[in-house]
Amino acid sequence: MTAVPGTAPVTSNAARLVDVVFRIREFGIIAVLGLLVLVTALIQTRFLSMSELQFVLVDTTIFALLAVGETMVVLTRNVDLSVGSVLGLSAFLSADMFGKHPGTSIVTVFAIGIGIGVACGVANGLLTTIGRVPSLVVTLATLYIIRGIDVLLVGGGQVVASSLPNSFLNIPQATTFGIPDLAIVIAVGVALVAYYLRSYRSGRELYAIGSNPEAARLAGIPIGRRVFMTFVVSGAVAGLAGVLWAAQYGTIDSTAGTGYELQVIAAVVVGGVAIFGGSGTVIGAALGALLLNTINSALYVLGISNYWDQAIAGFLLITAIALDRLITVQLTAALRRRSRLGA
Amino acid sequence: MEPDQGPAPVVGTVARRGGGRAAMQPLLRWETGLVVAAFAILLLGIAVSSEFLTNGNFFYLCISVGEVAIMTLPLTFIIIAGEIDLSVASTLGLASALVGYLWTQGWPMPAIIPTVLAMGVVTGAFNGLLVTRLGLPSLAVTIGTLTLYRGIAIILLGPDTISNFPFSYTKIGVDPVPGIPFLSYSVLIFLILAAIFGVVLHFTRFGRSLFAIGTNQEAALFAGIRVKRIKLLLFILSGVVCSAAGILYTLRLSTAVQGNGLGLELSAVAIVLLGGVSIFGGKGSIFGVVLAVFVFAGLQNALFLSNFNELALGIVTGGLLLVSVLVPNLGSFAERARDLFKRRARRGSAAAAARQA
Repeated sequence: MTAVPGTAPVTSNAARLVDVVFRIREFGIIAVLGLLVLVTALIQTRFLSMSELQFVLVDTTIFALLAVGETMVVLTRNVDLSVGSVLGLSAFLSADMFGKHPGTSIVTVFAIGIGIGVACGVANGLLTTIGRVPSLVVTLATLYIIRGIDVLLVGGGQVVASSLPNSFLNIPQATTFGIPDLAIVIAVGVALVAYYLRSYRSGRELYAIGSNPEAARLAGIPIGRRVFMTFVVSGAVAGLAGVLWAAQYGTIDSTAGTGYELQVIAAVVVGGVAIFGGSGTVIGAALGALLLNTINSALYVLGISNYWDQAIAGFLLITAIALDRLITVQLTAALRRRSRLGA
Repeated sequence: MEPDQGPAPVVGTVARRGGGRAAMQPLLRWETGLVVAAFAILLLGIAVSSEFLTNGNFFYLCISVGEVAIMTLPLTFIIIAGEIDLSVASTLGLASALVGYLWTQGWPMPAIIPTVLAMGVVTGAFNGLLVTRLGLPSLAVTIGTLTLYRGIAIILLGPDTISNFPFSYTKIGVDPVPGIPFLSYSVLIFLILAAIFGVVLHFTRFGRSLFAIGTNQEAALFAGIRVKRIKLLLFILSGVVCSAAGILYTLRLSTAVQGNGLGLELSAVAIVLLGGVSIFGGKGSIFGVVLAVFVFAGLQNALFLSNFNELALGIVTGGLLLVSVLVPNLGSFAERARDLFKRRARRGSAAAAARQA
């Protein structure tokens, strides 16, 4: 094949086309984001105030964390609907430590939160891989089971900010040059995960599993182990997000994070991750989270009632998957034309 | 999410599906299990509370499950055809919000009801067109419309609660069906619809074609079944039935708020799967789903009477859902475990042989 003159430039053309389309996706989000910020700021200058931006960024970090965990699961053609419930359980149990055992170190609290997340992720992963139950059903069930456990543990009570140490509540407040430290740490984390997924063998294998599970199996990829790992990561990340949520909001009752899973999936899909796996990046997903959060706060700043939030999120989600579909159809057609020209 | 169907032996599968008795046997066993479970729950209910076997409690049980039960019927069709509709509870919520909104605008009830049902046609058709014309996965589409329809409900009503509906309509939430003191109107409607859906699913060409589509869409298409049109019809059917459930829900509680029916999609999916319908499509029966409705409602009711925290009932719902998907896999677990042991044993003897040599 390679000996035939003219073939090589064709494949590189096709590769370039694929590359461009995928990059366009992230540029598209950035462009929409820029336009949104510009228009909102022109109408209401308060939008660009330091405190407003900081709040959006910290809020986004929690959201983006969940979106990154979810992306890894979705890449393998699975889904984790339990993240909102895991966040709620972890937020309550970890913050409750301060009240029950005064003097608990912050590191211990983070470890507890992440540990709870890992435990939930292991349960989801085992049921999906060994139980051979579709992850949609498994995590739909654990969504309600984990929330139910949360309700039983919390009862009618709640954790209030006054029972939390200041050093804990200050974590989301800390800034460097005006940028929240948390946002910087998470951005670095997202970049590392993106590098792992792009350049490491086990990272690439997640894409292979999502593109074609049967082919991945025949290629000798340990599907069960990889899928299990993504659920554990998603759970751990949701647990971590729970602790950060507790630090950000201070008040936690049994409803913390309810319904969050759909927003997270919306962010992931808006960010260009295919819902049936095999393509997308964590950076896209994090940008999707940033975009959805910015829309929410832009609506708020512009004085548009937050009753519009959910309808807009739903509309965006459908638009994103429909656009994605149209782009894929066009792309496949274009690739086929090119390869025919080459042959 | 999507079934890992290998290259299925197309002809063989369809023949087996059409073959009647052999295919029905595992279903019958599943339904026998449900009947046993229903009896066990009856005993549990009697054991936890003397209240359980009263007309008043059974009316309460009927009232609490009626609308969800109605929504499971079109959902059963959709899941058998290999798709899913997660927007059912949001459609119910949107219908409820529209009833409230139109009522505050001074519309008469006889005009509101057909308008809301027409809204159901639109919401269902929107789902269906996105799935069939654009070829999008129904899972993603209906997660999107779950958010979108609830969002429109929130825009319509905002924080308002509308509750000044006329008693001639809202009495369906307080009065049982005349002559049957434990039966609510919602469950009566459910039973009538279930009979119709059952006949359509099991005794008509249309019903058989749903099984064919769910088993092997490609084969169904080549057999001359209009797959896209049927799927579109199913989503429209779901939209209409769920908005009817929304009207009932609003009148029964005499309340329209933005959060009506929030989260009921899980209960509906859980009941359908508990009824023995395969999430991969191609398998299931209305009889199983009807039994599952009563198992589900009976268990919730018994737990409620035993002072179990009502909000934590999700543990039971989720647990039931897990059990209903894990149990059918038990056979394959045993097989896989046997395989594993055999392989271990073979490897062990091979190693022993190698050592001897």
